[in-house]
Amino acid sequence: MQVHKYDVVIVGAGGAGMRAAIESGQRAHTAVLTKLYPTRSHTGAAQGGMCAALANVEEDNWEWHTFDTVKGGDYLVDQDAAEVMAKEAIDAVIDLEKMGLPFNRTPEGRIDQRRFGGHTRDHGKAPVRRACYAADRTGHMILQTLYQNCVKHNVEFYNEYYVLDLLTVEEEATREDGTTYMQKRIAGVVSYDLATGELHVFQAKSVILATGGAGKVFKTTSNAHTLTGDGMGIAFRKGIPLEDMEFFQFHPTGLAGLGILLSEAARGEGAILRNSDGERFMERYAPTIKDLAPRDIVARSMANEVREGRGCGPNKDYVLLDLTHLEPAHIDAKLPDITEFARTYLGVEPYTEPVPVFPTAHYAMGGVPTNITTEVLQDNDTVIPGLYAAGEVACVSVHGSNRLGTNSLLDINVFGKRAGVAAAEYAKTADFVELPENPEGDTKALLDHVRNSDGGERVAAIRKDLQDTMDANMQVFRTKDSLNQVLGDIAGFEERYSRISVQDKGKRFNLDLLEAVELGFLLELAKVMTVAALHREESRGGHYREDFPDRDDENFMKHSMAYLDSGVTAESSEEHIAGIRLETKPVVVTRYQPMVRKY
Amino acid sequence: MSTVETELPEPASKIELPAHLGGGGDIPTFDITLRVRRYDPEFSEESKWEDFTMTMYGTDRVLDALHKVKWEQDGSLSFRRSCAHGVCGSDAMRINGRNRLACKTLLKDLDTSKPITVEPIKGLPVEKDLIVDMEPFFQSFREVMPFLINRDHTPTKERLQSAEDRERFDDTTKCILCAACTSSCPVFWTDGQYFGPAAIVNAHRFIFDSRDDAGDMRLEILNDKEGVWRCRTTFNCTEACPRGIQVTQAIAEVKQAILARQI
Repeated sequence: MQVHKYDVVIVGAGGAGMRAAIESGQRAHTAVLTKLYPTRSHTGAAQGGMCAALANVEEDNWEWHTFDTVKGGDYLVDQDAAEVMAKEAIDAVIDLEKMGLPFNRTPEGRIDQRRFGGHTRDHGKAPVRRACYAADRTGHMILQTLYQNCVKHNVEFYNEYYVLDLLTVEEEATREDGTTYMQKRIAGVVSYDLATGELHVFQAKSVILATGGAGKVFKTTSNAHTLTGDGMGIAFRKGIPLEDMEFFQFHPTGLAGLGILLSEAARGEGAILRNSDGERFMERYAPTIKDLAPRDIVARSMANEVREGRGCGPNKDYVLLDLTHLEPAHIDAKLPDITEFARTYLGVEPYTEPVPVFPTAHYAMGGVPTNITTEVLQDNDTVIPGLYAAGEVACVSVHGSNRLGTNSLLDINVFGKRAGVAAAEYAKTADFVELPENPEGDTKALLDHVRNSDGGERVAAIRKDLQDTMDANMQVFRTKDSLNQVLGDIAGFEERYSRISVQDKGKRFNLDLLEAVELGFLLELAKVMTVAALHREESRGGHYREDFPDRDDENFMKHSMAYLDSGVTAESSEEHIAGIRLETKPVVVTRYQPMVRKY
Repeated sequence: MSTVETELPEPASKIELPAHLGGGGDIPTFDITLRVRRYDPEFSEESKWEDFTMTMYGTDRVLDALHKVKWEQDGSLSFRRSCAHGVCGSDAMRINGRNRLACKTLLKDLDTSKPITVEPIKGLPVEKDLIVDMEPFFQSFREVMPFLINRDHTPTKERLQSAEDRERFDDTTKCILCAACTSSCPVFWTDGQYFGPAAIVNAHRFIFDSRDDAGDMRLEILNDKEGVWRCRTTFNCTEACPRGIQVTQAIAEVKQAILARQI
């Protein structure tokens, strides 16, 4: 085992990680650990744009953007955080342009902007052109531009290093009121080098988690195979809570049956959704902004059309995205990639035929709780010194119960930058925390257990069964019964997981072994998501309970906080699930009181 | 403030859909043999072909077939993949002798009556099965200074760039660094020092960006004996590019820029 020492270690090399690295790398001795190569990260799959109230093509301001973000998140957004994001969005876009990002331009040469779901002029009056974009490959351009700038600044990468544990220590501390508590501190991380199978311990004053999402708990998803929630999983196992995990976004327009993302930019450019009657059904659900309603509303409307028998195709199980009234030249200029996806994967020609689409699991609104400086919290307000999180792994919370389109690319840039600056500044004055004894012990035990287990269960089979039940029971529509079904199923999967075997017994590039470890994270996170969904007996944003169809501000306008707690037994838990304790955290409200959410 | 684009015509609220929409019928299935080049130096220095047979469905891709092997038959089969829809660049491999992304190659578009061969891309050291050492590839990328260099006083707002100037280098911004082009190039196979098409594509992306001031430095780098002049215009790279970049043309434009500069 090797031990490395850095001021700052960044875990993950997507948009948030690399944006952080550009800041941190110029201020402190920084290493970036990624389980992929940086340019493989899923930021590159984002398509439509990044919103900022530049007002380059029509009147706009950051306050409107803040309001849209809060309303879009169905008032579960922390409004101080949303304000920071909307304000700093403008600089975030300008920063990227200066780094070289090739944005599309207006005839005057300014950064062009287009419409996106839920982004409106003057508090909901009409759609506004706020999304800065580069065709329909904005995420690709952001990822490439950030990587190029990391090369420029000689950022040190450890590619294909899987971080499997956070090294934390606890010491007794005293609050102002004299009560004592256990204060967590970060000492570093443990990683697994894919090429050699060796463990490497990285001691660091600051650690930034930027590991992205966990979409692979679902079967139909726009997420990469590698999005297995590792960062959330390792934090949770170390007693760090996970916030608002019941809120998962289903993007309305995944390619039917495949889940591959077709950007909302298609609807921003004028495409519309139709049911089997050829009807533009969004006129019924969101009379003012129709197809450009926020994603939770559009996804639910689509699922409802299918449920009521107005789906298309032989099994009536999808709806259609119609671009046929758009000029082919316009489609080629603004939406080249997604139309190619439709041609390649479904054999559909979007110039002349509508494209089969259905909601696809897309984005975790919840994650590791942080404050607006991106410092990770060990409870509602106690900071863990030196530990930061940004991007999809984190919950600031700027997305509340439903993220607006483009706000994720914005989130990674604004809070990635904040994390990089804060982590480096902290490292300048802080001391290293002494590594715990036998720092790699837990990781070694985990890997040995998986490697040496010789039961008859296959990892892929358990994962598929998990994804099937999550798609069937934890998707757009949820009920107490469907959620209990998932929890019952997961109990069975956990038992089977204890009897897996891994065929690859080698040390080099043993992805078989790592898929087994990743499945452990997926099972744990799926359980947390479902328990939190069962507890939340209301409907809000991306979480829709058919048995509780209304929003209930009186009882539920608060964040949920899930803790790993071995003291919780099935009998003592309201949801009858051992090992998870649910608490709540107040929502930060500054200027917008909750209102009925209509579009 | 610019003039807002002409509004698009409001589409009809309701249209008559053709009856066939959404295809229909049963999903076709077919049997395939996947012939994979296996190599694991931990156990043997020899590489060998191994056949796997399976039943696949409708729009399945080569990546789905590889997953089926890994998940159901032999967990030790090793390959890289991530996004699975052609944007992350992880799974470039040699399929039936041609460089492609496994996630973008539909099985039904291949001749399934014969075994489908899958090998690692050529010219980079093989690590295990379909996994190669990508470091030499990224080293060449880094050497062309693949980042914007602008010496002007930085404005507080965005730099202006005309839509035409932006369009000039659009094609080469699409690169996903999958190495399909570079590892399809016969010059790269025989001469590991050659920068290769991908590095030149990424240099092109900045040389022709009107905001960039370091084009001369990059042209100087590529005027090296291992630079653009090694290109023999075989067009393998253009054919291999999963993003449809006109790679050979980009290399030709860089050559012309070097010559124009020397005049």
